[in-house]
Amino acid sequence: MSDELEIKELEEVVVRFSGDSGDGMQLAGNIFSTVSATVGNSISTFPDYPADIRAPQGSLTGVSGFQVHIGAGQVYTPGDLCDVLVAMNAAALKTQYRYAKTGAAIIIDTDSFGPKDLEKAAFKTTDYLGEMGIDPDRVIACPISQMVKDCLADSGMDVKAMMKCRNMFALGLVCWLFDRDLDVAFNYLKEKFAKKAGVAEANIKVIKAGYDYGHNTHSSVANVYRIETKNKVPGRYMDITGNKATAYGFIAAAEKAGLKLYLGSYPITPATDVLHELSKHKSLGVTTVQCEDEIAGCASALGASFAGALGVTSTSGPGICLKSEAMNLAVIMELPLVVLDVQRGGPATGLPTKSEQTDLLQCLFGRNGESPMPVIAATSPTDCFDAAYQASKMALEHMTPVILMTDAFIANGSSAFKLPDLATYPSINPPYVPEELKGKWAPYLRDEKTKVRYWAVPGREGFAHILGGLEKDNQTGAISTNPENHDLMTRLRKEKVDKIPVPDLEVLGDKDDADLLIVGFGGTFGHLHAAMDEMRASGKKVAMAHFKFINPLPKNTAEVLMKYKKVVVAEQNMGQLASWLRMKVDGFVPYQFNQVKGQPFVITELVKAFEDILKK
Amino acid sequence: MSYTAQDYKKGQPRWCPGCGDHFFLASLHKAMAEIGVDPWNTAVISGIGCSSRLPHYMATYGMNTIHGRAAAIATGCKVANPDLTVWQVSGDGDGLAIGGNHFIHANRRNINLNMILLNNRIYGLTKGQYSPTSPRGFVSKSSPYGTVEDPFRPAELCFGARGHFFARAVATDAPATVEVLKATYQHKGASVCEILQNCVIFNNGTHDSVYTKEGRAKNAIYVEHGKPLIFGENNEFGLVQEGFGLKIVEIGKGGITEKDILIHDAHCEDNTLQLKLALMGNGDGFPIALGVIRDVDAPTYDDSVTAQIEEVKAAKKYHNFAELLETNDIWEVK
Repeated sequence: MSDELEIKELEEVVVRFSGDSGDGMQLAGNIFSTVSATVGNSISTFPDYPADIRAPQGSLTGVSGFQVHIGAGQVYTPGDLCDVLVAMNAAALKTQYRYAKTGAAIIIDTDSFGPKDLEKAAFKTTDYLGEMGIDPDRVIACPISQMVKDCLADSGMDVKAMMKCRNMFALGLVCWLFDRDLDVAFNYLKEKFAKKAGVAEANIKVIKAGYDYGHNTHSSVANVYRIETKNKVPGRYMDITGNKATAYGFIAAAEKAGLKLYLGSYPITPATDVLHELSKHKSLGVTTVQCEDEIAGCASALGASFAGALGVTSTSGPGICLKSEAMNLAVIMELPLVVLDVQRGGPATGLPTKSEQTDLLQCLFGRNGESPMPVIAATSPTDCFDAAYQASKMALEHMTPVILMTDAFIANGSSAFKLPDLATYPSINPPYVPEELKGKWAPYLRDEKTKVRYWAVPGREGFAHILGGLEKDNQTGAISTNPENHDLMTRLRKEKVDKIPVPDLEVLGDKDDADLLIVGFGGTFGHLHAAMDEMRASGKKVAMAHFKFINPLPKNTAEVLMKYKKVVVAEQNMGQLASWLRMKVDGFVPYQFNQVKGQPFVITELVKAFEDILKK
Repeated sequence: MSYTAQDYKKGQPRWCPGCGDHFFLASLHKAMAEIGVDPWNTAVISGIGCSSRLPHYMATYGMNTIHGRAAAIATGCKVANPDLTVWQVSGDGDGLAIGGNHFIHANRRNINLNMILLNNRIYGLTKGQYSPTSPRGFVSKSSPYGTVEDPFRPAELCFGARGHFFARAVATDAPATVEVLKATYQHKGASVCEILQNCVIFNNGTHDSVYTKEGRAKNAIYVEHGKPLIFGENNEFGLVQEGFGLKIVEIGKGGITEKDILIHDAHCEDNTLQLKLALMGNGDGFPIALGVIRDVDAPTYDDSVTAQIEEVKAAKKYHNFAELLETNDIWEVK
């Protein structure tokens, strides 16, 4: 039969693996994305964990999903809806079907659709497909559990251990569906279970069984798919999440600057993985302190900076509230500090595992007094690396706290990451006080051009000094309440930040003759880009400009924003970037697209909203 | 290199005349000179309050930070640069109210900080509100009818947080303060040193019973490790253990000799009797204990952090960023 099988070429495909939290969906998804990336496909992934710590097995709240978007050309997001849904149990089908396109192929393990499973998933009848309105022709119904047991019957494994391999059967089936070479998956498993050869072997056996099952009994699908590779960029790659990339960016920057990296942190979703990642790398000299609270996380990082390290603190929005006083101390003491805000839904505890862009104005303004602070917003999981590097460089070279904003979506999502060569990254040169200034130096003596003060690290003879939260005299560094001096120091702190060089805003798409310019910032880059691509494919003239550097703004900001007839600022908040831009650019009156659902933008919704604006 | 107190002095203190901070500052300068750590290898870190102005009068590196956070900032400073000698200076409000969390956790972690607690039982800088060490019923601007809450007793908080060092001195008692500060420095780990001091404006006389030499002769006991707990103007009294508590006895009466007197053991891991010493008060008829009350060796946080990094460095095969990248699952696109 396989000879008759049609191989259909696709530009892109979205696969969503779903099952119980314990079903290993993240692993199956990760292997599939790695297998696809290895042949040069572009990938973007989105793990969707349940909010509960340990929901009851088979329950609706315990479903864990992993979505991967694979493309022949560049893909920018994990995709809105999936073309293939893997549902390992009844609860997964019930909760995840809404993420499937009409006509999507659905793979289910029929062994997990027994009466009890159906009851837990709140199905009323045994006709679960009918209840959900699913066309049985689109379903690959397979007794996965039984087949795994049969496949491993001779392995000597107990049933519980066998059942842990169910995810690999589904993976094998998906690999067959997309005509994937299994060798990469085998190597992945051999490395992952290097110390447990038996486990690796069992998993490999099950993947093969899943693949063969598809090959032999593909009656329910008319074709297999192939995603060709275009625009390959040769090189060595790894899969990386935004949080891991952020941690790597800090490590790279500290190494480049020749400084110790110190992280002071307190666990908070969705930023905790940065603490986890950095805590692993003590062999690189990374020091992490899990502090007693958010305040101590920031305060101790600032203490570490004073002592001559690259001080970093990581958190999410509620933590920024708590850290703001210590951040302000960094502003007035003019010490380097990087504050990472992995945004989540707010206010207060809000939606801890979900994504928003609602902290922008808090980051820009949420402190007492005139408190200018650079703000950088990473645009994708892999961009988190560069953004963390740039934030560290900026903090160290300009003697200022810098806020690095990411969000739950890009922090947990992953993409293929071309291994960076640190040698090609710009050097980082903190403004250490020159030895010849001994005797003439005071803490607020500044570089004339950049307005940056010099850094004297404790341990250097002749440069002992005191810093603090009280206003200081510009000349002597002594406490001063002199009105003119305070006014001057306020202006100098602002001027210093304003003078930080940032790259120009880049316009993508129809930059010369767009009828609509799409503007956004941070983690929505992928969705906005995909929306622009879709509109341009249908003949519309559209461009986009995406902000990564938010304070200071790129020099050409006004020029870009005022060039187009219509501009829409699309953001996952009630208009915070739009407010900031209107404050900074005279006469700028954009359209706005605002959505605060805790979920990524949906490209079809963006396209519709933008087309409506074009019609106005 | 040898130093004098002058080498650690800077500027002209702005505290009220007669403030306990003046006395303490002079003792700190003297103690630092005797300790002999270079001023440029010393950092003095304070929070906010009258006493937190202190780093401005030190010729060392220093930070006068924000209210309550001195211990947290000092923690980062010490962990990032263990070669620095770090002194953290806070008042009773800064250290035990707004900064109470950092105080207990610095003790629990046992980070090698010299933690000075300048206790005048009042908020001076904000002009006279009760503090977490003010006694129940204390009348102040924010408690015109007296407080209805019990105070912290710093030693109890320190011990409750598993602190390994606690010492006490009276600000006006310069020789004893210098000795206690030296012991505070010598102890490796979080070392809490409570300084009893007067606020002449808002809480005058709060430590009157021990503020003069004569007062201390009557109302204080100087404790010293390995020495009998004897006190009184003529060393006529001593402490003995009775049941679960301490009892005052008179030497020479009722067959009591010096041999019957309890010997102070500051190095005893079990802090029960040390706590009893620390909590003695004149109101209960006991003398106030001065000197090093607890001084027990334990692994310090900063040493352990450094040791763990060395251990992991030896065990792991990657030591720079490029090598770190290679620890991942990598594929090649040709």
